[in-house]
Amino acid sequence: MQVTMTVNGEEFTREVEPRMLLVHFLRDDLGLTGTHWGCDTSNCGVCTVQIDGQPVKSCTILAAMAAGHEIRTIEGLEQNGTLDPVQQGFMQEHGLQCGFCTPGVMMTARWLLDKNPDPDTETIRECISGNICRCTGYENIVRAIRWAAEHPATEGASA
Amino acid sequence: MTVTEDRPLSPAGNPMGFGRMIRKEDVRFLRGKGNFVDDVNLPGMLHGAVLRSPYAHARIVSIDTSAAEAHPKVKAVITGKILEGLKLAWMPTLSMDVQSVLCTDKVRFQGQEVAFVVAEDRYAARDALELIEVEYEPLPTVYDARKALDADAPIIRDDLEGRTDNKIYDWEAGDKAKCDEVFASAEVVVKQSMIYPRVHPAPMETCGAVASMDKVTGQLTIWTTTQAPHAHRTLYALVAGLPEHKIRVISPDIGGGFGNKVGIYPGYVCAIVGSIVTGKPVKWMEDRSENLMSTSFARDYHMDGEIAATKDGKILGLRVNVLADHGAFNGVAQPTKYPAGFFHIFTGSYDYSAAHCNVRAVYTNKAPGGVAYACSFRITEAVYLVERMVDCLAFELKMDPAELRMKNLLRPEQFPYTTPTGWEYDSGDYPRALKEAMRIAGYDDLRKEQVAKRANGEMMGIGLSFFTEGVGAGPRKHMDILGLGMADGCELRLHPTGKAQLRISVQSQGQGHETTFAQIVAQELGIPPEDIEVIHGDTDNTPFGLGTYGSRSTPVSGAAAAVVARRVKDKAKLIASAALECSVDDLEWEQGRWFVKGDPEKGKTIQELAFAAHGNLELPEGVEGHLDASVVYDPPNLTYPFGAYICVVDVDKGTGHVKVRRFIAVDDCGPRINPMIVEGQIHGGLADGIGMALMEVMAFDENGNHLGGSFMDYLLPTSMECPSWELGETVTPSPHHPIGVKGVGESATVGSPPAVVNAVLDALQIRHAEMPLTPAAVWRAIQDNPISRPDLAIE
Ligand code: FES
Ligand code: FES
Repeated sequence: MQVTMTVNGEEFTREVEPRMLLVHFLRDDLGLTGTHWGCDTSNCGVCTVQIDGQPVKSCTILAAMAAGHEIRTIEGLEQNGTLDPVQQGFMQEHGLQCGFCTPGVMMTARWLLDKNPDPDTETIRECISGNICRCTGYENIVRAIRWAAEHPATEGASA
Repeated sequence: MTVTEDRPLSPAGNPMGFGRMIRKEDVRFLRGKGNFVDDVNLPGMLHGAVLRSPYAHARIVSIDTSAAEAHPKVKAVITGKILEGLKLAWMPTLSMDVQSVLCTDKVRFQGQEVAFVVAEDRYAARDALELIEVEYEPLPTVYDARKALDADAPIIRDDLEGRTDNKIYDWEAGDKAKCDEVFASAEVVVKQSMIYPRVHPAPMETCGAVASMDKVTGQLTIWTTTQAPHAHRTLYALVAGLPEHKIRVISPDIGGGFGNKVGIYPGYVCAIVGSIVTGKPVKWMEDRSENLMSTSFARDYHMDGEIAATKDGKILGLRVNVLADHGAFNGVAQPTKYPAGFFHIFTGSYDYSAAHCNVRAVYTNKAPGGVAYACSFRITEAVYLVERMVDCLAFELKMDPAELRMKNLLRPEQFPYTTPTGWEYDSGDYPRALKEAMRIAGYDDLRKEQVAKRANGEMMGIGLSFFTEGVGAGPRKHMDILGLGMADGCELRLHPTGKAQLRISVQSQGQGHETTFAQIVAQELGIPPEDIEVIHGDTDNTPFGLGTYGSRSTPVSGAAAAVVARRVKDKAKLIASAALECSVDDLEWEQGRWFVKGDPEKGKTIQELAFAAHGNLELPEGVEGHLDASVVYDPPNLTYPFGAYICVVDVDKGTGHVKVRRFIAVDDCGPRINPMIVEGQIHGGLADGIGMALMEVMAFDENGNHLGGSFMDYLLPTSMECPSWELGETVTPSPHHPIGVKGVGESATVGSPPAVVNAVLDALQIRHAEMPLTPAAVWRAIQDNPISRPDLAIE
C-alpha cells in the first residue's frame, strides 16, 4: 500500500507492506537510522519519535497508521544546524554513554519542555520512565533535561 | 598524581590532560548519526533470521525446509546438516568447550539455534521461519542446577565422548586444612546459603552482524556488535578456517555491552555462512527475546558460605561451596587458568588468613554464557558472598555492620597485600573510604532516624558494602583467553603539523574512549585533546589486543597509551637535541615542549618537533625520521579499585515495595582521567545494583521454559527506581600503573547489589532473603515465608 507522511518537515510517499512498523519504515525506507529499535514488547522507548507533537514509541504503530501525520525524529531535533537545548544539555551534563537510548529519551524530553518549560526533577523522572537506559543510571539524563530547561534560548553550539 | 586543573586550557577550551571534558563522541549520537550495526546498509544486502528451539531438551527427528525454500523472497535456508558439510556445525567456546552453531542432534536449551534463513528483507526472513517444519522428540530437562548431578539426571552433553554426567569441573582455591582448623576452634561460626540468580546484561542494542564475503578477493568483512574485535577475528579464522589476514572485523558504535558482546554467537557465524552461500552481504540482528534467551547470561551461582569469628567480631576465616550453573555449553569468557573466573578473590577487603572455596560447575538445559553483566570475571558473585556473610555475622553478633567492617578492614600499611587465595592487592586505604561514605551519609543520624521510625512501626533500612575489585586482566604469563595473552597494543602517530592519531585495541561500548584516550596523550605530550584522533573498532586499522571487558580498557590499554606517548616524547627529545644543537642531557621537558636547561626561551614544542621529524633536519645517528611509536603493554599485575557504599531504603509493609531513598558511593579508582565520565560509569553501575537486588531474574520452569524472555518479564530499572546518586571519592594511585589509574567500569555493578540487599534486610530485621527482592519477595519475607528459589518458577 502507499503511504504519505511528513517527516521532519519533508513529505514522503512510499509503497509499504501494511504490516510494516513505523520504526522500520523510518530506518529502512527513509534511512533515518537515528531512531533505534530495542525490544519486542514496547517497553524500552529507544524508538520514541514525535507524532503531531506527541511522543510515541514508533514500534507500537504501523507506518500505515502514521500516514497523513507529522513525524519528528531525532534528525529533526536540531534547527538550521543548531543543536536543540536538549541536545546541548545532554552534551554538557554527560547524559549519554553508548548513545543508543539517547534519541528516544531526547524526543520525550523535548515534548516535556514544550509543555512544561521548567519541570522539577521528579516530573522529569516520571516523564522519562518509559525510556530505559542501561548506561547512565538516569542521574545525568535528569540533569541534562534540567540544563535544557535552564538554557531555553541558548544560541547553541553549531551542529 | 598529577591533576591538571592548574594548566591553561586548550584552544578549544578543553583540559590539556586530565579533567572534566565534554566527550568528543557525543555530537554524532546527539544528532542521530551514530553508526550502530543495524544502521549498516550495503547494496544488495540480504537479511537473516534464526529459527530457535521451543524445547529446552529435545532430539531433532527431522527438519523440512522445502516450504521455506519455496518462499519467493528466500535466498537460502541453512541447517546444521549443511554446516556439518562445511565443518561448521560446532564452534569452540571461550572456555575450550564446543557449542552447536546450528543443531544437528538435539537441542539443549530453549532458544537454541536450529536453522537460518536468508531472505530479501527482515519480514520475509521471519515469515520463512514459520514455514520450516521441525519434528522434535522432547527429553526430560535439567532445569535445576542442584539436580544436575543426580544419578538419574539426563546427560546433556552426549555429544562429548565418554560423558556420563553433567559435571563440567570441580575447582578449589585456598588452604582447606588450615581453614578447617580455624573453623573448628572458632567461637562463632555463621552459615548462610544464598543464590545469585541468573541475570542478563541486556544492553539496549541487541547483538547482530553484517557479513560480507567478497568472492573475488576472498576478503571477509564483518560489522558486528563486539567488545573484542581482534579476538573475534582470530576466532573466525580458527572456527571457519579462513585466512586471518583476509578477515576484517569492524565494531562500529556499540549500544552497550556489559559483557554481553564478548563471545561469538551462532548468529554471527550464520551471517558469514549466509554471505558465502549467497554471494551477498547478509545482516542478522537478533530481537530482544533472542537476546535475553540465548546470549550470554550472568551469575547463576548457588553459594553455601560460612564465616568464622571471635565473639567480639574479629573475622577469622571464610569458606564457601559453590554450585555454578553454566548452561548447556561451557561458554564462559575468562582467563583459561581460572575456570571460576576471579571468584577466589572472595575474601574481600578484610584481614584474615583462613579461606577456602570449592566451585563445582554443571551443565543444565539453559543458555550458555556465565561471565557477563559487568562482573569483572565473577568478582560480583565474590563480593556479594563476602558482604552478605559479614552482614550475617553482624546480625548474629548484634553488632553494627559499619563497626564490624571497620574492625576488620585491611589497614593501609598492609599494602601491597597478598590475600589467602593468592591475589596481590596493589594499594588501598580502606578505612578512609568507609569513613568518607559514612560522613556523606550522616551514618549516625541515619541510625537515630531508624530507631525513631521503628518505634513508629515503619521499616527503614541502612545497608553497607565494601568491595575490592581486581581489574585489568592481565599479566600474560598468567592470563589468556583461548591461548591469546591478555596484552594490548597501541600506536601513536604524529602528523607533520603536530596533530595525532592514536590507535587502540580496546572497544568502547559507551565508555568514551575517544575522549579519555585523547586526554591521556594530551597529559603526556601537551597536545590539545581536540588534536588527537582516537581510532578503534576496526581490526585493519588498529593493533592487536583483547578488547574491552573486565574493566580492562584503562588499566591495560590506558597504560599502553601513556607508554606509547612517552616513547614519542623520548624520540622527540633526540630530535630536539638536533634541532637545538645541544646534548640530550641538557634538555628539560615542560608540558608540550623540550627546552634547554637554564635557557627556557630556547626550546621546541612537540608540534615543531613533529614537523622537524618529517623535514630535512639532520637527525642524530640511529634516529629514523617521523614521529611515531608503537607498544604492547603487558600489565605486571591487576589493579585493585575499591569502594564503600551505603544504601538507605524505606519498605512499605503492606505491599513489600522497596523505595531506595539514598545511595552513597565512595569509589577509589586512583586518579580520574575524566571525572565526568568516571561518575557516569558509577551511576550506571549503581542502577545495575538496584536492578539485580530488586528486579532482575531469569527463572525457569520444570520444562526448562525461560520465564524472563522479554522486557515485560525481565525488568530493568527505570528513572523511577533510581535515586539521585550521591558520590564521593578517595584517591589511592596504583603503584605499578604508568599513570596510577585503576579502572572503574564495573566497580559499581560489583559493589552495589549487596548494599541494596543489606539495606532491605536491615529494614526487615531478618538475616537473609534471596535476590531479587521484588515486592512479592519482600512481602513473603515479612510474612516469614520467604521465596527460597527465585531462579525457579516452582518451589
Ligand atoms: S523498540 Fe522498545 S519500545 Fe519500541
Ligand atoms: S546511553 Fe546507553 S542505553 Fe542509555
